[in-house]
Amino acid sequence: MTTESAPRVTTDAKPSAPGSSRAPREAGTPAPGAGFTRRPRLQAKSVLKHAILISAAIIMIYPLLWMVVSSFRPSEDVFRAPGLWLTEAHLENYATGWNALTSPFSTYLLNSAIVVLGAIIGNLVSCSMAAYAFARLDFRGKKWMFAAMLVTIMLPIHVVIVPQYILFSQIGWVNTFAPLIVPKFLATDAFFTFLMVQFIRGIPKELDEAARIDGAGHPRIFLRIILPLMTPALATTTIFTFIWTWSDFFSQLIYLTSPNVFTVPVALRSFVDAQSSTDWGAMFAMSVVSLLPVFIAFLIGQKFLVKGIATTGIK
Amino acid sequence: MSALAELGSLKKSGGNKAQGKVKRTFKDNRAAFVFLAPWIVGLVAITIGPMLISLYLSFTDYNLIQEPNWIGGENFTRMMQDDRFWNSLRVTLTYVIVGVPLQLGLALAVAMALDKGIKGLPFYRSVFYLPSLLGSSVAVAILWKQMFGTSGLVNQLLAMVGITGPGWISDPSTALGSIILLHVWTFGSPMIIFLAGLRQIPAMYYEAAAVDGAGRTTRFLKITLPLLSPIIFFNLVLQIIGAFQSFTQAFIVSGGTGGPSDSTMFFTLYLYQRGFGQFDMGYASAMAWVLLVIVGAFTAVNFYASKFWVFYDD
Repeated sequence: MTTESAPRVTTDAKPSAPGSSRAPREAGTPAPGAGFTRRPRLQAKSVLKHAILISAAIIMIYPLLWMVVSSFRPSEDVFRAPGLWLTEAHLENYATGWNALTSPFSTYLLNSAIVVLGAIIGNLVSCSMAAYAFARLDFRGKKWMFAAMLVTIMLPIHVVIVPQYILFSQIGWVNTFAPLIVPKFLATDAFFTFLMVQFIRGIPKELDEAARIDGAGHPRIFLRIILPLMTPALATTTIFTFIWTWSDFFSQLIYLTSPNVFTVPVALRSFVDAQSSTDWGAMFAMSVVSLLPVFIAFLIGQKFLVKGIATTGIK
Repeated sequence: MSALAELGSLKKSGGNKAQGKVKRTFKDNRAAFVFLAPWIVGLVAITIGPMLISLYLSFTDYNLIQEPNWIGGENFTRMMQDDRFWNSLRVTLTYVIVGVPLQLGLALAVAMALDKGIKGLPFYRSVFYLPSLLGSSVAVAILWKQMFGTSGLVNQLLAMVGITGPGWISDPSTALGSIILLHVWTFGSPMIIFLAGLRQIPAMYYEAAAVDGAGRTTRFLKITLPLLSPIIFFNLVLQIIGAFQSFTQAFIVSGGTGGPSDSTMFFTLYLYQRGFGQFDMGYASAMAWVLLVIVGAFTAVNFYASKFWVFYDD
């Protein structure tokens, strides 16, 4: 066991090292000897490193685990049980929390689901169209439009929210989901347009040209060639839109003021306000319910999430 | 390549585009118009239009009910005398200046520790990344409110080692710190970007330096930092822009008040209170434009300063 793990530690410490500088040293020193002198130090170091990383990981994740555990405990335990040990699972908090507001919590989950679904479809359709134009088409003013698109990624929402609110309230859209969904059909989440532009640029142009020779126009090339090939970018967009829209608070707080259209974040917020004597157990239970979809999306889409931020470098 | 790098290269290519222009055909004008139609409508109706309107409103006394009256720069002069405005600016600046470097520093440190094909990388990466996905939610803000309360989780844990902690979020001197900590806790997403960046650095650079007898510190300072500097730079720019807009955490933790004693009254929270609490839309618009100018200035300074420390390999 130990002799086997030793060379693995050394190779792990220096991956992909075909560099000329290391080659002679490796060849010069007999493997067992080198392992002998290096192993204890390297191993101790690696153990220490893992110990630090694991402690850090526990500290990072402890609050979340504690919230989950506490949601299964009697409410008053929130203030006296800092541990993670659960003797018996109480489900009362979930029952209380579910029915604590004017509507059962399922209403808010459904409302959030509608907003999220609308936002996902909107982003997929509008951003992929805009991205195709920016990545593949040659048109007047492209450079400036592209620059404008990039700048809007960084624009604070607050400089537009007041007139947007006025606009939407005049068309009677306050307390509907339209202000949260319609803008997504207009490619306002420029981040995703950018992500897709990056992706389309990586698709060989020869494919487009071959299709064009066969007589395909741009709509056909877009639908038949580019869209099927960019599914990873579409998946990344779907997952990010899901997570961000599900957690988005500011715009939902502003546009949704009557309880029957509350989404999950707005409902949770009114829960905090309504509870003067604060039933933390029930609040934790509903918080856990609200985080669960994000957590599941994270588990399913981790690969796309990690790739998405690594390639675009945003968020 | 990041959005920022892309913008930079657009700017650079601007000069020599002149000769290219002649042979440009713009053959796809019509198709592009169709594909870009939703985006153009959005840009005009959802972004540029509202921006101009909010600029106009910032010079009025609009309150949602009566027609807006032009009052010149009054909103801005009122702002100059508004102690709560200055306080909100100070709170937000503290949050940005303390929170962002701490978050990025931690992200870089952890990314360095996870580099070099460490065992269990997927596990660590997931655990460190997860908080940054959840951190902006109301649910985590609720958790934070409990944790840093007088008898919250943090003080319960401190009590186990015999320390009586303060009421972190009810004490004006520690409330902002608790929220900054929440920001630092979300270091996972910049960490992922740093990890990707570290992987781009050719191993031979380190090997050559090691042969020349460079120690760990020297290698970090002379190889890792310069080669990572473009990535650090755009993380810095984007995190600063994002941090200026923080809202949810302060809103939930303080119950919407920005208290205690306005110690967590973020700029955006004050803007929200003036605009959507008191319907002083003129003042809120003026504040939004001040925010835009401040964020723009920070970004401009960042870009300017980057000439002195950001190193491009190509």
